[in-house]
Amino acid sequence: MLRIENIKTFYGNIQALQDVSIEVKKGEIITLIGANGAGKSTTLMSISGIEPPRSGKIFFEDQDITGMDPDKIVSLGIVQVPEGRRIFPFLTVRENLDMGAFLRTDKEEIKKDIEYVYSLFPLLAERKNQPGGTLSGGEQQMLAISRALMAKPKLLLLDEPSLGLAPIIVQQIMDIIKKVNTENKTTIFLVEQNANLALKIADRGYVMETGRITMKDTAKALQQNEEVKKAYLGI
Amino acid sequence: MDHSYFFELFLGGMTRGSIYALIALGYTMVYGIIKLINFAHGEIYMIGAFTALIVSSVLGFTGMNPILILAIASVLAIFFSSAYGTTMEKIAYKPLREAPRLSALISAIGMSMFLQNYVLLAQTPDFLPFPDMIPDFKFLQPINKILNSTQFVILVTTAIVMILLTILIKFTKIGKAMRATSQDAKMAQLLGININKVITVTFIIGSATAAIGGVLISSHTGQLNYYIGFIAGIKAFVAAVLGGIGSIPGAVLGSFVLGWTESFGTGYISSDYEDVFAFIFLIIILIFRPSGILGRKQNDKV
Ligand SMILES: Nc1ncnc2c1ncn2[C@@H]1O[C@H](COP(=O)(O)OP(=O)(O)O)[C@@H](O)[C@H]1O
Ligand SMILES: [Mg+2]
Repeated sequence: MLRIENIKTFYGNIQALQDVSIEVKKGEIITLIGANGAGKSTTLMSISGIEPPRSGKIFFEDQDITGMDPDKIVSLGIVQVPEGRRIFPFLTVRENLDMGAFLRTDKEEIKKDIEYVYSLFPLLAERKNQPGGTLSGGEQQMLAISRALMAKPKLLLLDEPSLGLAPIIVQQIMDIIKKVNTENKTTIFLVEQNANLALKIADRGYVMETGRITMKDTAKALQQNEEVKKAYLGI
Repeated sequence: MDHSYFFELFLGGMTRGSIYALIALGYTMVYGIIKLINFAHGEIYMIGAFTALIVSSVLGFTGMNPILILAIASVLAIFFSSAYGTTMEKIAYKPLREAPRLSALISAIGMSMFLQNYVLLAQTPDFLPFPDMIPDFKFLQPINKILNSTQFVILVTTAIVMILLTILIKFTKIGKAMRATSQDAKMAQLLGININKVITVTFIIGSATAAIGGVLISSHTGQLNYYIGFIAGIKAFVAAVLGGIGSIPGAVLGSFVLGWTESFGTGYISSDYEDVFAFIFLIIILIFRPSGILGRKQNDKV
């Protein structure tokens, strides 16, 4: 579904990604794990067209999307929940959700999908007229995921959804991610520093170190791998 | 205390404030979206006024009804100002979007000087008379001393523009996209919002309201030259900063506050210092509220 081939991405003269190649198959959950500063967020921003790679190619459903405008990429079905959630603080919860459906014109379906995300996260329904900025961290993460779902993604990119959240909330969010994957057949690309968590729900995983992919395997195999255990699982 | 004099100053200040508000909207909205003080915005207002002058001079020969002429002149003024505004954005600001803010600011000052001199060469530095196309309303005759027909039209038009703009920003899809973009442009892009389109729409709205302001003030003063955009532009900019740059209600509030300050200042203190009151007031407000009356510290604007 998504094929990243040898991309190099730069910030000015600083190279953040060195020949990164990743493949995502339709319907699976893949995870990209790695330490802070490894280049995980940059990888997602390259896919979304915000930080286009200087060389290499990105294909989505066999279409070359390298260097395409971000809004065009969203219209193809790739939607990102970025690191830090980035809720519009002065838009209400409902308006944030409306922005997720920005490219859609099917009004009736949009209404149903709003009800759907309210059923996933009933708290959001209670707070629908509240400015997004007044929500707690966990609620904001729920809203960020819901907002992305409103775009009806084929491929959902999630950047550290567990960051800074209490364990109960994290578990709830991981359950929803799993549910979205199985029920809606949405393909998931999950970036995490919390490798334990990510490898539990993922089918396959990639490990990134200083801008390079250093390992790739099934999630099960990575969980058993001695190096991964030592470096990322704290065992 | 003379009540009728007070009301005259009050309504006079409100009229001024309305014009400032129509211009200040463009400053504040553009700042909200691309964090740029568009120094050439006053010139867009001036170009709107000149367009109306040219159109009404030409149509004046046809013997058409003055109100109809004014309407056609206003529509064309809006059209030309918007065309200039969006073109300016594309050639002078868009290429500098990733550059340091100072570069774009200097580009804006350059644009302002270019447009002033362009109109100066085309239209001479002299003040040209602007035809009075607003009829005298009968129902205003009893209070003619404190509110004339032109002022009445300015107040009503401004109110209508503000209401329409509020509806647009609050309830329409593009309005929400504008707010979203001003709060977090990158996130807006990640949801499929084309920020180039949002920026273009912002320049169109700002230019259109400035053009309306230009036509109205020229009808009020009865004259214009290439320099009117500079003076009014600075005043409106002060109003936008007073209210909190980036905030639309702030720009409107700041404009009225400024209009009243000038009106009461000149009326009760001295008309020699007309242009000084604005700046004294600006300094006082900014000492106590550095982000303006309604300004927010965060990145939200619009
Ligand atoms: N906007 C930026 N400008 C310059 N360097 C950046 C920027 N964003 C990230 N980097 C650098 O790129 C590298 C990868 O960062 P990032 O992709 O955010 O890593 P991760 O998400 O894995 O923590 C880091 O060295 C970081 O300092
Ligand atoms: Mg990151």
